[in-house]
Amino acid sequence: MSKKRMTRRQFAAGAVASTAVIGMPYVSSAQSAGKLAVGLWDHWVPGANDASKKVIDAWAAKNKVEVSVDYIPSQGNKNLLTIAAEAQAKSGHDILAMPTWWPHAQSDLLEPTNDIMAELIKKLGNVNGTAEYLGKLGDKWLGVPATIGSQLKGPCTRIDLLKQHAGIDIQALYPAGSAPKADSWNFDTFLKAAEACHKGGKPFGIGLGETSDSVDTAGAFMQSFGAALVDAKGNITVKSDAVRQWLEYSVKLAKFFPADAPAWDDASNNKWLVAGNGALIMNPPSAWAVAKRDAPQIAEQCWTHGFPQGAKGRFAPFLPYFWNIWSFSKNKSAAKSLLVALSEPDAIASFVGASGGYDIPNFDKMTTLPTWANEGPPKGTLYHYPNPHNHQTLSITAAPAPPKIAQQIYVQATPTKMIVRHLQGEPMEKTLAWAESEVEGFLR
Amino acid sequence: MADAVVTPVTEVRRARPKPRSRLRKFFERKSTIAFFMALPLILLIFTLVIYPAFYAIYLTTLNKRMTATAWMKNCTYLPDWICTYIPFGNLQFLLTRETFWMVFWQSCLFAITAVIFKALIGFIVSHLVHNIPAKGQRKWRGMLLVPWVIPAAMSTLAWQWLFDPSYSAFNWILAQFEIERIAWTGVAHWARFSVILVNIWIGAPFFMIMYLAALKSVPDQLYEAAEIDGANWWQRIWFVTLPMMRNIIAITALFSTIVTFANFDIVRVLTAGGPLDKTHLFATWSFRLGIEGGDIPLGATVSLFMVPILAVAAAFILRDITRRGNEA
Repeated sequence: MSKKRMTRRQFAAGAVASTAVIGMPYVSSAQSAGKLAVGLWDHWVPGANDASKKVIDAWAAKNKVEVSVDYIPSQGNKNLLTIAAEAQAKSGHDILAMPTWWPHAQSDLLEPTNDIMAELIKKLGNVNGTAEYLGKLGDKWLGVPATIGSQLKGPCTRIDLLKQHAGIDIQALYPAGSAPKADSWNFDTFLKAAEACHKGGKPFGIGLGETSDSVDTAGAFMQSFGAALVDAKGNITVKSDAVRQWLEYSVKLAKFFPADAPAWDDASNNKWLVAGNGALIMNPPSAWAVAKRDAPQIAEQCWTHGFPQGAKGRFAPFLPYFWNIWSFSKNKSAAKSLLVALSEPDAIASFVGASGGYDIPNFDKMTTLPTWANEGPPKGTLYHYPNPHNHQTLSITAAPAPPKIAQQIYVQATPTKMIVRHLQGEPMEKTLAWAESEVEGFLR
Repeated sequence: MADAVVTPVTEVRRARPKPRSRLRKFFERKSTIAFFMALPLILLIFTLVIYPAFYAIYLTTLNKRMTATAWMKNCTYLPDWICTYIPFGNLQFLLTRETFWMVFWQSCLFAITAVIFKALIGFIVSHLVHNIPAKGQRKWRGMLLVPWVIPAAMSTLAWQWLFDPSYSAFNWILAQFEIERIAWTGVAHWARFSVILVNIWIGAPFFMIMYLAALKSVPDQLYEAAEIDGANWWQRIWFVTLPMMRNIIAITALFSTIVTFANFDIVRVLTAGGPLDKTHLFATWSFRLGIEGGDIPLGATVSLFMVPILAVAAAFILRDITRRGNEA
């Protein structure tokens, strides 16, 4: 057996390298940490990408890593196509932003991020339940919940129209700067308000289509009834009393939606609000932001707030984004270091500010930033948007089903299809049987 | 008279070329040169057509997680020892799904209806254009080709505004006449009508231009002879025009059927498959399953389902055309 002796030069080099690794655990070398390709979601707010670019550039200069950033739009599902292509080719970016279901869909190809998540949770507080459900597989974190792109689709109400037609002062229920006083904001109130606004010619602009906004709303109502099509263990629970109650209520409510709601897409509700056609939509503040630009008199009357209370709680649709590291990345340590930098409180605050309050951090301690309190008009319109008082449970349609099954329920828009089928006269039991058969197919 | 050049025998001997090597002969062959000149195209076709096609077939044989082969199981008509070695588990699963058969029926309805109307409109318009004096004909041909020339995704966006559920321009016109508004993309039959209409609008000019080219190649003498024989307008169409256009009609219909079956953009932009999946075609449903739903093998299976059926149809049609060509 040969014995090698270490030279002084080798010892010195080893000592420097060890110091670098200990001092900067995620970057392989402080002086030359190689290259990093990052694919982030292309923000729809003009200038919002600059905030992330600034953080990344500062980190790259400090750590001497050559970073290239691509901003990938979600229009036309370009981001989903990129995820699918890179997963197939096992090549591409080191870090790629993935929405909602995609970390689970690609779980076999993602680098665990438990080490940095432990650090981030310690610093920023717990991650909300939906981000945990979508971002974790067993004990393995599949990525880091991203601030950029994460959104909540709560009600955005016309203050004047709701007061005029339903006699509800939404600002009194959700005052700016303090906790909600919204015990009376429940499903009965919501149904009566929907009916009153419909009669007044300003119906609630809630879609029943197959795109995300419609499905998110239907799912939040379903969860507020304690209903689920598939439970957490993967058992089909379509023919349950809770599902029946939800469907019955949803159809009653849907009768007060616009007649063409089954054809709505994610732009329809925005147009509905901006055109001044209705008293309420379910959306992040993007519709309000467009109104601020194109119809300021309408924006001044908008108030973003919480969901109504159902029999089993108050649930609001939350759609998180994640920053994920591919397992085939050649620079994982640098990628982890960058994700920590992107999750620093200052970085998060800059993202929220640059997005005009649209982006919501996934960590508990970061939901009371001044941006939401200060945005307007009217001032404080976004105060309750990030759920600062934990007044409602953040959720996603089809949870708590195992995410790979839930994704199919969500993408195939099973909840809204159930409502439309029953609304169009199909007997409830037939609708349930259809849904059960669909869900059976998703379990394969 | 040309001067004859007399070359001394010794020089002829010196100039005689050395016997060429086999390799050189091979490279000088016309067929070899033709092959090498076509090689870039062959490589392009291999990379962009053949490889993806076989890769798609390979994808159809994988399970949802793409980690193993999706073997068939519990076949009704095959013993287990054969069934469990056939890698078409995805296809077997699809055939049990109600939505799949609905998409199959919708694709057939969409393609067949659209192709019939495109052919009919193309035939009529080509005759109208053919009868326009040559001087002004070019302008009409250009204008009529516009729907076909504009990228379909863009023109469908314009149609989407016309059919918009809340702000439809068509509904505005109906409202002027106090006719109740129509949920163009919100009710299954109107939504199907809308996507077929847009496909006809985009595709009819292709038929028109092909038929016009065919009409121009029919010799005038045939019509003159028919007229002398006392043929009326209908008989001239039936006994002269149609037989002379038969091959073009067959090829155009075949080509259009394949393209229409594979249509994606119109449905994707106009209805995204809704309401209640009632306008999904193979391509759009495949996208929904494979890309949006993350089940790429199932999506690939849906997209390839029609390939063997269309291939057989194409083989029959092309065989007939070749036969008629030989007869001619």
